[in-house]
Amino acid sequence: MTAFFESLGMNYEWAWFVATICGILLIALPLMLAVAMIIYVDRKIWAAMALRRGPNVVGPFGLLQSFADGLKVFLQETIIPSAANKGLFLIAPIITFTVALMAWAVMPFAEGAVLADINVGLLYILAISSLGVYGVVISGWASNSKYPFFSALRAAAQMISYEVSIGFILICVILWAGTNNLSDIVMAQKGAGLGIVNGFFFNILLFPMWVLFLISGMAETARAPFDLTEAESELVAGYQTEYSSMAFALFWLGEYANVLLMCALNTTLFFGGWLPPLDIGILYVVPGFIWWLLKTFFFFFVFSWVKATVPRFRYDQLMRLGWKIFLPMSLLFVVLVSGYLMLTRYG
Amino acid sequence: MIHTIAFYIFAAMVIASGALVITARNPVHSVLWLILAFFNAAGLMVLVGAEFIAMLLVIVYVGAVAVLFLFVVMMLEIDFAEMRAGFVKYFPLGVLLALILVSEMILGIGAYSAGSMHLGTADGVGTPLMGESNIRSIGALLYGRYLFLFESAGLVLLVAMVGAIVLTHRERGTVRGHQNINKQVRRRPGDATVNTRPEVGKGIEL
Repeated sequence: MTAFFESLGMNYEWAWFVATICGILLIALPLMLAVAMIIYVDRKIWAAMALRRGPNVVGPFGLLQSFADGLKVFLQETIIPSAANKGLFLIAPIITFTVALMAWAVMPFAEGAVLADINVGLLYILAISSLGVYGVVISGWASNSKYPFFSALRAAAQMISYEVSIGFILICVILWAGTNNLSDIVMAQKGAGLGIVNGFFFNILLFPMWVLFLISGMAETARAPFDLTEAESELVAGYQTEYSSMAFALFWLGEYANVLLMCALNTTLFFGGWLPPLDIGILYVVPGFIWWLLKTFFFFFVFSWVKATVPRFRYDQLMRLGWKIFLPMSLLFVVLVSGYLMLTRYG
Repeated sequence: MIHTIAFYIFAAMVIASGALVITARNPVHSVLWLILAFFNAAGLMVLVGAEFIAMLLVIVYVGAVAVLFLFVVMMLEIDFAEMRAGFVKYFPLGVLLALILVSEMILGIGAYSAGSMHLGTADGVGTPLMGESNIRSIGALLYGRYLFLFESAGLVLLVAMVGAIVLTHRERGTVRGHQNINKQVRRRPGDATVNTRPEVGKGIEL
């Protein structure tokens, strides 16, 4: 895109600057639309599994429900509790939302369709997802209220715990792909399974890692069954209890953008990203973006499915699962994967 | 030009937030300013082409260390009056530490610009090759030339971790509140509930 703006007579730096701004808008605006629609999809799936209709009033099939909700919160008054720490109270949702958008900078949507094709792509995602906890922690503290504070402490412990095992899982993928760049990781998956399946999930050493990643992803985004940060039976609404109007909406959007990011990461790291499922010539006729979208949507369906069917974990069970099962398992697989690669590829 | 603007923004933010860390009245605000300082320092690292170090700085310091910091500071009830009272007592020590840091910095920069260190010279001759990925060069150094130092650093950290666990571990006399997770998972509805239809006026035996 930089070349296009250069052809309009700008010098390289300004062309790059304008091209990057355009790229950001090209990702962020459709992402916001996708988040609005995915909230609708989530509610529909959830309703279908509970034998309800779900949103069906606003627009055809209730498609405009999210926009109606958005308009509603936009028109509401932002209430700031008098005991709250005003500055931090307002910054917290902005942090959550911004961080949720930032991670998408390195996501490859199709071949070459990535805003920042950097060498440390996966590390960048890890770094940004570790920032996500600040929105929750700051909001819990700044609300100056008991339940949000409990929720914030829970969130901090939960996210740090699961980031450790996610880190090890990512190391397995990095070792196998031999690169940290997300586009290269996708290309490394071409024909990875028996020379015909595009994706690391078909690999017997990486399949268990994918299962762990899926579950850790749910815990990392505080999605049901690990949504202990907003367990309504214990903590009212968790860290968002004191929030209203747009501040609340920013949390809401950020949360779903994070869930979408986790789905997209599952797609990119284990299911071949924009590549078609099988390495057959005719499947490449369909644009890569369509495959990426289908796979990501499939994972979102899995997330919704789990949300609708699995009851919430107890907090001690959550910690036990993270530290006593996932961490040793993923550590073991780092050793196994690197041992196997030393034996076969680098030996 | 964008590079220069970015440098000045990041550098100004680091210095400003660094100053605010020590002047903020609320310790939670201090930690948050510290996090902002870390984050902008990572930005500076990116500008000099050390993107791997930058990402590690964010993952390790911002993502893990500072969260625990914040965690502790939020839960502590800190008495500010008491803290201020100690200011005069610790002032000479603070000045001493600051002087040591300044002299070390002058020594380090002096040695660096004199070119006597092999980290890379001031004219940029010894710097890492452009195009060579950060991770590759750091990995080659750590797992090649500095392998034993790297491994022993790992061992030191392991010992520190074991030490911390040993220090805080308490043997509980009686096993109270201990849960057998396997037993909990194995439990089925049939083990805990019975479905009966008792006659009117008669109870059920359990």
